[in-house]
Amino acid sequence: MEKLIQLTMSGVANGAIFALVALGFVLIYKSSDVINFAQGELLLIGAYLTYMTVEQIGLWWPVGVVVAVLLAAVVGVLIEQLVLRPLIGEPAISVIMVTIGLSSLLRAIVGAIWGVTPRPAPQFLPRDTLTIFGASVGVDKIWAIFLALVLFVLLTLFFRFSREGIAMRAVADDQQAALSMGISVKRVWAVAWAIAAVTAAVGGILLMSIFGGVSGSIARVGLLVFPVVILGGLDSIPGAIIGGLIIGLLQSYAGGYLPPELGMGEVVPFIILLFILLVRPYGLFGQRFIERV
Amino acid sequence: MQSGTFHTNYAADMALRPYWPQRLRIALVLVAVLVFPWFADRYWLNLANTIAIAAIGAIGLNILVGYTGQISIGQGGFLAVGAFSAGLMAARLDLPMWLTVPIASLFTAAVGAFFGLPSLRLKGLYLAIATLAAQEIITWVLTHGKLLGIGESLSIPRETSNIFGIPMTAIGNPDFAFYWVTVGCLILTVIFVSNLFRSRTGRAFVAIRDQDIAAQVIGVDLFRYKLLAFATSSFFAGMAGALTAHYRGIISWERFTIDTSILYLAMIIIGGLGSVSGSIYGAAFMTLLPAFLSNLARALSGAVPQINSYLPYMQQGAFGLAIILFLIFEPEGIVKMWRNVKDYFRLWPFSY
Repeated sequence: MEKLIQLTMSGVANGAIFALVALGFVLIYKSSDVINFAQGELLLIGAYLTYMTVEQIGLWWPVGVVVAVLLAAVVGVLIEQLVLRPLIGEPAISVIMVTIGLSSLLRAIVGAIWGVTPRPAPQFLPRDTLTIFGASVGVDKIWAIFLALVLFVLLTLFFRFSREGIAMRAVADDQQAALSMGISVKRVWAVAWAIAAVTAAVGGILLMSIFGGVSGSIARVGLLVFPVVILGGLDSIPGAIIGGLIIGLLQSYAGGYLPPELGMGEVVPFIILLFILLVRPYGLFGQRFIERV
Repeated sequence: MQSGTFHTNYAADMALRPYWPQRLRIALVLVAVLVFPWFADRYWLNLANTIAIAAIGAIGLNILVGYTGQISIGQGGFLAVGAFSAGLMAARLDLPMWLTVPIASLFTAAVGAFFGLPSLRLKGLYLAIATLAAQEIITWVLTHGKLLGIGESLSIPRETSNIFGIPMTAIGNPDFAFYWVTVGCLILTVIFVSNLFRSRTGRAFVAIRDQDIAAQVIGVDLFRYKLLAFATSSFFAGMAGALTAHYRGIISWERFTIDTSILYLAMIIIGGLGSVSGSIYGAAFMTLLPAFLSNLARALSGAVPQINSYLPYMQQGAFGLAIILFLIFEPEGIVKMWRNVKDYFRLWPFSY
């Protein structure tokens, strides 16, 4: 029972972070049909920018985090403007490859500036533990879940009520119709990349805080986005959130209950991914895709 | 100078390389390939072998991605299957190289066809993600290699690297001896694949790429040909992997991660999708780029002492930057650049 609660809590905490990262991924896919392989590197950049502002420059941590998140948003917009914009209308493989190239370039830049050795992360979240039903659970995990929830609520409100959010939904729904209504699709793409960079940065900061260190391995989470979004449906925001939680929990249970030397936690999400693709490729909440020639 | 197509018989029309400048170029390339190893030192022979092996793998991937239009991010996994099946056969059963390479290639073709099964239902981005899953699952199987009896790495006994019983050492140093094996395999691959796309099967692949539903309407069995494309592609991946295993003598899973898959995708993108020669140019470019950078770093290390610690990042960054710049400025790759050069001279003094 104790183990179950512990695994559930860490699964939900990881799942909330996966969901955040997947959310950005889905936003980009919905608005511009780009599969972003550099999502993990956006996490990395968010985490290292925070390390820079808080540890290296020495800002008070709430200020440092805000500055880092804003910088990450700028990076997101720059990527969209400089790299993705020239490839509008190119075949899918080109767009995939350019994000792959981008991920390599971003990792190289991060590596050249901060090196590969893991560094101790600035601690924002309290490290003490709570006892729930006899199981001790890290307070930092509860904080991570809480912060992810706050961000989800903010984004939902943004999509529901703000002018920019409604424009984004319009573009995702029907790009041509949105264009004819005078919505600037280019601006929507820039905003989508900015939001994706921000959610990824927050995910990176939370991961850094839970790990207690920052290193290149944070970018691994970028690959886990694929099981999450395929499970939830490639074009569904609620799907990204629920998919994130399911993958987080399953990963945590598989890693906790199956023999540890198998390292099942790493491979289970991908087995699920293949299974979902074979059975229900549009995922739990994705739009069924009807093809006409 | 050739100024148009003036064939007067079927044989000329069917020829793979109908024009004399093309034949002259091929003859020159062949002479260069035959002469090169007698003058090159081991460093350059090693690079040439690496390029030849990479080119075989890249041609294989190009069959799938460039000609059949099925995006695959699993080439690294298939290379691993080829490398480890050949390695296990050589290490456990003492089978010689001329047996392990074909058997490993066939085995990889079967594994590739298996992972091609999702292509029945999936296409485009979804298929790309499915092959990503295949890559991750193969990597996991290898990292937990106790299941297969592989430790951290697998060494291949040198004696198994013989050709019909003639040991490699009889020919010369390993790099020199392997040159003939790798380049021989590459030439066979090039001849096979160039002709494949003049056959019914190859035409079916191209039809699937251009419009799969239209291809189905005119009678191409989509599922069969997609699986065949996966199998053919993986066959060459397996060959490249098996050659890597015998050439390096020691293999570990780190050589075949997702980064390798990406490297091979980058080769065919930069070289040119749907082009055999493009795959070779891409393989050469992607192998020579890091080698060039490390030579540059060595040359500059006197002036800028800390440059060596930045070398891995320079290589990784240059890799990413090369992909991005090619996609933005020359999406059709090196093959298109080379064609532009040829066209310039062919049409000179007119611009078109």
